[in-house]
Amino acid sequence: MKFTLSWLKEHLETDASLDVIVETLTRIGLEVESVDDPGKKLAGFTIAYVISAEQHPNADRLRVCMVETGAGAPVQVVCGAPNARTGMKSVFSPPGTYIPGKDITIGKGVIRGVESSGMLCSGRELEISEDHDGILDLPADAPVGAIYAEWAKLSDPVIEINLTPNRPDATGVFGIARDLAAAGLGKLKDAGIPAVKGDSACTVPVKLDFTGDDRALCPAFALRLVRGVKNGPSPEWMQKRLRAIGLRPINALVDITNYVTYDRGRPLHVFDAAKVHGPLVVRRAKEGESLLALDGKTYALDTAMVVIADNNGPESIAGIMGGEVSGCDENTVDVLIESALWSPLNIAQTGRKLGISTDARYRFERGIDPAFTLPGIELATKLVTDLCGGTPSQVTLEGSVPEVEKIVDFPISEVKRLTGLEVAQVEMKAILNALGFWVSGNGPMLKVAVPSWRPDIEGKADLVEEIVRIVGVDSVPLVPIQRVDEVHKPVLTALQQRTRIARRALASRGLVEAVTWSFVSKKAAVLFGGGKPELALANPIASELSDMRPSLMPGLVMASQRNADRGYADVALFEVGQVFKGDGERDQRIAAAGLRRGLAASEGTGRHWTGSSEADVYDVKADVLATLASMSVPTGGMQIVSTNLPEFLHPGRSAILRFGPKDIIGWFGELHPRAVDALGAEGRIVAFEVVLDGLPSPKKKATKAKAKLDLAELQPVSRDFAFVVDQKVEAETLLRLARGIDKTLVQDVTIFDVYAGKGVEPGKVSIGLAVTLQPREKTLTDTEIEAFSGKLVSEVTAKTGAVLRG
Amino acid sequence: MSDLSTLESTLLAEIAAASSEDAIEAVRVSALGKKGSVSALLSTLGAMAPDERKAAGAAINALKDRVSEALGARKGVLKEAALDQRLAAERLDITLPTRESGIEAGRIHPISQVMDELTAIFADLGFAIAEGPDVESDDLNFTKLNFPPHHPAREMHDTFFFAPNEAGERKLLRTHTSPVQVRTMLAQKPPIRVICPGRTYRCDSDQTHTPMFHQVEGLVIDKTANLGQLKWVLEEFCKAFFEVPSVKMRFRPSFFPFTEPSMEVDIQCSRKGGEIRFGEGEDWLEILGCGMVHANVLRNCGLDPDAVQGYAWGMGIDRIAMLKYGMPDLRPFFEADVRWLKHYGFRPLDLPTLAGGLSV
Repeated sequence: MKFTLSWLKEHLETDASLDVIVETLTRIGLEVESVDDPGKKLAGFTIAYVISAEQHPNADRLRVCMVETGAGAPVQVVCGAPNARTGMKSVFSPPGTYIPGKDITIGKGVIRGVESSGMLCSGRELEISEDHDGILDLPADAPVGAIYAEWAKLSDPVIEINLTPNRPDATGVFGIARDLAAAGLGKLKDAGIPAVKGDSACTVPVKLDFTGDDRALCPAFALRLVRGVKNGPSPEWMQKRLRAIGLRPINALVDITNYVTYDRGRPLHVFDAAKVHGPLVVRRAKEGESLLALDGKTYALDTAMVVIADNNGPESIAGIMGGEVSGCDENTVDVLIESALWSPLNIAQTGRKLGISTDARYRFERGIDPAFTLPGIELATKLVTDLCGGTPSQVTLEGSVPEVEKIVDFPISEVKRLTGLEVAQVEMKAILNALGFWVSGNGPMLKVAVPSWRPDIEGKADLVEEIVRIVGVDSVPLVPIQRVDEVHKPVLTALQQRTRIARRALASRGLVEAVTWSFVSKKAAVLFGGGKPELALANPIASELSDMRPSLMPGLVMASQRNADRGYADVALFEVGQVFKGDGERDQRIAAAGLRRGLAASEGTGRHWTGSSEADVYDVKADVLATLASMSVPTGGMQIVSTNLPEFLHPGRSAILRFGPKDIIGWFGELHPRAVDALGAEGRIVAFEVVLDGLPSPKKKATKAKAKLDLAELQPVSRDFAFVVDQKVEAETLLRLARGIDKTLVQDVTIFDVYAGKGVEPGKVSIGLAVTLQPREKTLTDTEIEAFSGKLVSEVTAKTGAVLRG
Repeated sequence: MSDLSTLESTLLAEIAAASSEDAIEAVRVSALGKKGSVSALLSTLGAMAPDERKAAGAAINALKDRVSEALGARKGVLKEAALDQRLAAERLDITLPTRESGIEAGRIHPISQVMDELTAIFADLGFAIAEGPDVESDDLNFTKLNFPPHHPAREMHDTFFFAPNEAGERKLLRTHTSPVQVRTMLAQKPPIRVICPGRTYRCDSDQTHTPMFHQVEGLVIDKTANLGQLKWVLEEFCKAFFEVPSVKMRFRPSFFPFTEPSMEVDIQCSRKGGEIRFGEGEDWLEILGCGMVHANVLRNCGLDPDAVQGYAWGMGIDRIAMLKYGMPDLRPFFEADVRWLKHYGFRPLDLPTLAGGLSV
């Protein structure tokens, strides 16, 4: 919503400065978006008197003028204007002034050998008109030395407010003035709008063609004919205001409707009566109808929309835009003025569907003041007869203007209760009255009648807001909230805490946290086990962002490829975020996933003199195990199995993590080349993903004391074994067998060597096991150690076909 | 006795000349070994008369002591020299670069970091962290929050919807984290103090909007919650979050369906050379919306608006991250460009705490 300062002052008697007005508007909830003062850029231009204008000695077309500027001695100016003459008054700009029409800053100069200290200006140079035939020629009484823009009243700042959708009353300058008056900035000039007498009945009949609930689409429709008008350009003052707020003046009749729209928040429409055939019928549009509207576009209409039609069909889209055919132009002699009420919802829906934003729609969809339907047409009639002449008919009113009778019981204690602010009852009443509310009663409970222009006021909290916004939210004192008188208890849930820890753990391992879209392409969703219809967006913003992600992996893979495309092929990324298993409220999980690509191995990224290696599955296995460990997940019962792998994983280099066949928590491994390809990426990518919801927690204990440390007094004994086994035998089998020989005696089994190649039969691998035995009560004898070793060797060879390496 | 002094000077010369531990050992054997020259002299004592033996014995033993001492001293010098030589040979080029460790290379995304900062501040004020699903019902995202049935936010133009299910219900992606407030009020009796951080979605994509973004909302419901407290909480939050001793805030009346009265809040700042500083300057920057929870919302959540009251606020996590840490654009937050993440991300152990400070 835009208006100018002078326009505002037409409705508000005030001495307040522009700055105070602007600051107050924002303070009372009419947020000022911008203030544009066209006078400001003309501040350097003053009115001057040309003492003499004589022929330039060296140039036929130039004159040398002595100019009295009102500031000090007269100055000499060389001027090329043909109208420059002795004794005239014009506009002067001293050296250093920016000339907007020329986009230059003038300086002192010598023109054809004559000094020139400043410039006499044309209208075009000031960007106030197109005139550049000569310098501005001001009347003799123009005061020398005065700022020209002020004297010429060019200085009319344009204020734009960012209006919230609940304030239709502030879509008109008058309503804004009322708010400012209530805020103590002056007096609202509310003279009322007298009715204009009509000499006869309106000859164009109106029919509201609605039944039942449809009647709400147009509760009231007022129409008046003014005969014998002379339509031409509207007066300068009106054009100036319309232009200032960004509207193009068209002709007086059209300008009047625009003017009343902005002045009162009351949209109107005018038809050229000569172009209307038969009665005006307000009805739903028929399927297949269309209208060539005033913006020159043809709109296809449907039965959800309301039109004003004549015998030829629709002439106007109700409350949104008129038709080109029946519009007024300079030939219009008889004009029909329409002031109607429309359903805000229907106007909003029609406007959205047609994609039309107009000043009329902007107001009707917010809900205009129904009580102003008739005053609106009277005001328009007055302006039409004043500016264009003509003889008005009486007003035809079809339907009826609904009476707004909303009364709120208002306990005045609500102000203190909801805001903490103390406001005297008398002040509350004064504020409400100034805003147009009727207040009755005295004491703790008031009855407040809501004015017709405030459809947003429903209950007592709304009245609290009215009072607080006018008093000023800034005057509400700050009150500290009560703090607990003990040390704070933890506030994070176990899952929230684990989510935080997982992030820090993964970052500590050198991975970089990404945040990728929650939606992925259908193809990517299907690839990772998603793509259910209930998780497909009905209105995705792009086809590659169509389905809720079942996994963090597609987003990370695509991100890694984007980095590779930029020349960063060695990346280690992770994300901890939501994944979706269904559309139920319990179907959302928090997953932690990471990937490594290229030389982003766990010992470091990129090539290095100590050796560089490609990231492999053991890096991501370590990542996922470290993550689980960081969250204190007891992994004793966890199985790492390489059967029944999801299809997006490399069948020979991947595993799933589970606590049982039905309790799968995640996976790690190399992504299947087909999956990588399907995601538009390339190269080997190793990755992992684990779902954090429902991971087991350590057993709760009565106290925080850790289990007693059991230190053996005897030294441990270590023995190494090297077995040659078939490559299909998993290392885990050997480890499990070794541990199983004597669970109390075996403290640790590690694999210190894995070798295949020269000296080992093809298809076989040599695995070195280091077994640590921890004697408890007495030192182990050589015989006991020999016995253990023998048992281990025979067990392993029997169960795996291994051969002890010599 | 001149034999003795000749021997001594010969031996001492040999000791001084020995240039290795082996050479010094050879001198020792030649002098003090079983067949050594000094040992040979000692063996002559047995044949001497007692008086002569006493004098000669003392002289020979003195010689032996001096030679032993010289041997030991020389041996020590040679050992030190050998060690020095070894160490010199073992020199490594310590300017060779080491590998960057995980703790140096890893990064935390600014959104996660700011969420941790929010948690630190609000946990201290006694707020819990409430969360809810991204896929929401229309009822919780709109209806219970007092959005009228045909509010524009309910259009496909603004909100992401899913296809209607068998029951005809059309789920959506939450447009704010306010449904979490509703869930909290439905599940928990007042007093309530929660913040609701999370992912939110709107059909918007341009330079300053992304279809997905992050919000944090706060909700307080009890018997005394009022606007004055809301102002205090927000001012304390802003000071703590932006880590400035004071902030100037401006509360502008505004409109939201779910609060009444409603306000937008601006924070005073200066903008010089593209840098925003809080606690100084003449500019105002909008940072959040807030208000007293609308009576209809309280009723919709089973609460009596005359018995309890509350306030709520909401702001963009991405936005306050940008304001605090100076990222100029929103879009790169979700592009996973490692150059951006490395630059604007946080180190793994930059843990925001009130005790240690929110940021380095």
